[in-house]
Amino acid sequence: MEQVVLKIDNVVKRFGENTVLDHVSFDVHKHETVAILGASGSGKSTLMKCVNLLEQVSDGQIWLSGTDITDPRIDSDEIRARIGIVFQHFNLFSHMSVLNNVTLAARKVFKWDRDRAEARAMELLKRIGMDQKAKEYPDRLSGGQQQRVAIVRALMMDPELLLLDEITSALDPLLVGEVLEMVEEIKSQGATILMATHEMHFAHGAADRVVLLRNGKIAEIGTPEEVMDNSTDPETQAFFRILKE
Amino acid sequence: MKEKDLDFEVSPIEQERQAYRKRQGRRSILISIASTFVLAGAIAATLHFAPGWPRVQETFFSAHYFAKSFPLVLDGLWLNVRVLIYSLIGTAIFGTLLAVVRISKSPVLFPLRALALAYTTIMRGIPMLVVLYIVGFGIPGLGLFGRIPIEILGTVAVTMSYSAYIAEVLRAGFQDVSPQQRASARSIGLSSGQTVRLVIIPQALRKIAPALMNDFIAMQKDVGLISTLGAIDAVRAAQVQVALTFNFTPYIVASVLFILMSVPFIILNDWYTAKLRKREQTGGMV
Ligand SMILES: Nc1ncnc2c1ncn2[C@@H]1O[C@H](COP(=O)(O)OP(=O)(O)OP(=O)(O)O)[C@@H](O)[C@H]1O
Ligand SMILES: [Mg+2]
Repeated sequence: MEQVVLKIDNVVKRFGENTVLDHVSFDVHKHETVAILGASGSGKSTLMKCVNLLEQVSDGQIWLSGTDITDPRIDSDEIRARIGIVFQHFNLFSHMSVLNNVTLAARKVFKWDRDRAEARAMELLKRIGMDQKAKEYPDRLSGGQQQRVAIVRALMMDPELLLLDEITSALDPLLVGEVLEMVEEIKSQGATILMATHEMHFAHGAADRVVLLRNGKIAEIGTPEEVMDNSTDPETQAFFRILKE
Repeated sequence: MKEKDLDFEVSPIEQERQAYRKRQGRRSILISIASTFVLAGAIAATLHFAPGWPRVQETFFSAHYFAKSFPLVLDGLWLNVRVLIYSLIGTAIFGTLLAVVRISKSPVLFPLRALALAYTTIMRGIPMLVVLYIVGFGIPGLGLFGRIPIEILGTVAVTMSYSAYIAEVLRAGFQDVSPQQRASARSIGLSSGQTVRLVIIPQALRKIAPALMNDFIAMQKDVGLISTLGAIDAVRAAQVQVALTFNFTPYIVASVLFILMSVPFIILNDWYTAKLRKREQTGGMV
């Protein structure tokens, strides 16, 4: 098996009385795409935020390439810079052009000079056909274009791990395709991806493994076929049946 | 966008629409010119036929007294300008501090937060004039600091009062920046300081620029109240002239100077907000 990039080890997350993640454990290997599925409120986003240190776990550990990132002594800014994340919406900074959005971390966190950062950004933008829009402000882009720029921004520093949290759920159905296509391409280039999604077809096609969360616990974990098509658990069957209708 | 620059073939329907819009545009310009003249004429006629107008004109708009009092009032204005500049700096610093304390969440700062809340609430309720009296006559009354120039007392009073307004505007602006923008910034590895500096403040400032500018223009006006402390500012200089000559034209002089002082900032403000709107919004019809 390939090297473990992300190791989630007995993670618990509580908001007050409410236990949102209840002893969740699984690994994501290098070049692997893992999809987290589950009903709304099952804790998908919360898990992503814990991995990205935007939330603190209540118990358990999370390891990124062998480093325990739940250790309070680590530099959390440095860890965040090693992980790319794209959220559902409001990703891009509205007061900056596309180019400045994409180069911000390179310039301010990694201290690249502007020319180097812009050269790399333009190359990435060109690949998705957005180099013409480099000087545009996010409000002038379609939702799909915004999300693709957000993905480029997340990829800018070659992150060890890419987190995608329902990146198409705020989009018009017509725009979903272009964003998912881009994810497929990134995957084929060898990225390591952990994504939460409601797009069952996409999860089935793109994920190497899926994790089904239910009431904060892992209900099922396995290949898309094992979990989505051939589960013997009645609740799991019901979940995917409802979605298919 | 600049449709006119792009030479697209357009259908007769669009040609007709463009021609109609052009006609409409010309018509509204003509109407506005005409109505301006009508209004100006009506005002002029009313004044001309008002029996008291010659006396009012002589008392408020006398060219002779205007010329005579202008240099003296201008001299006084210089004091207003100085107090304004010092107050501006003071307000920027103190107002930001207040806002930061108000926004802070740290439990250690709780007492400060309560104080800041009390301060902004109370200060915004007290008329500027009263603050001026309290500071201007109260602080020297303590006898702790010897003789304090009125310029400084005025600055302290204006700063105390306006910091409370500015702090609330800043606070609203900061809190208006969506939490996702902060999360986005942190998630690409920016430190919390960088997040505030590069994302929160620029976005907040955009939203509150018009409100800040409004407060600034109000402040410019209120600086004229330092005359009540006996300082020879523009208002006071005018008052002295009025007392000597029994002609009110010097007040008009002072007003004109205050207006002139605020015009550049009003223009600046309009230009800035227009620029932001143009850059950040997809052009719409409404
Ligand atoms: N900051 C918070 N404070 C309190 N409760 C929270 C907070 N964030 C999330 N929760 C709760 O945690 C639970 C899981 O939320 P989460 O956003 O992780 O769900 P999700 O699986 O991503 O749902 P969706 O599919 O709708 O995005 C919800 O019950 C939510 O109310
Ligand atoms: Mg979610």
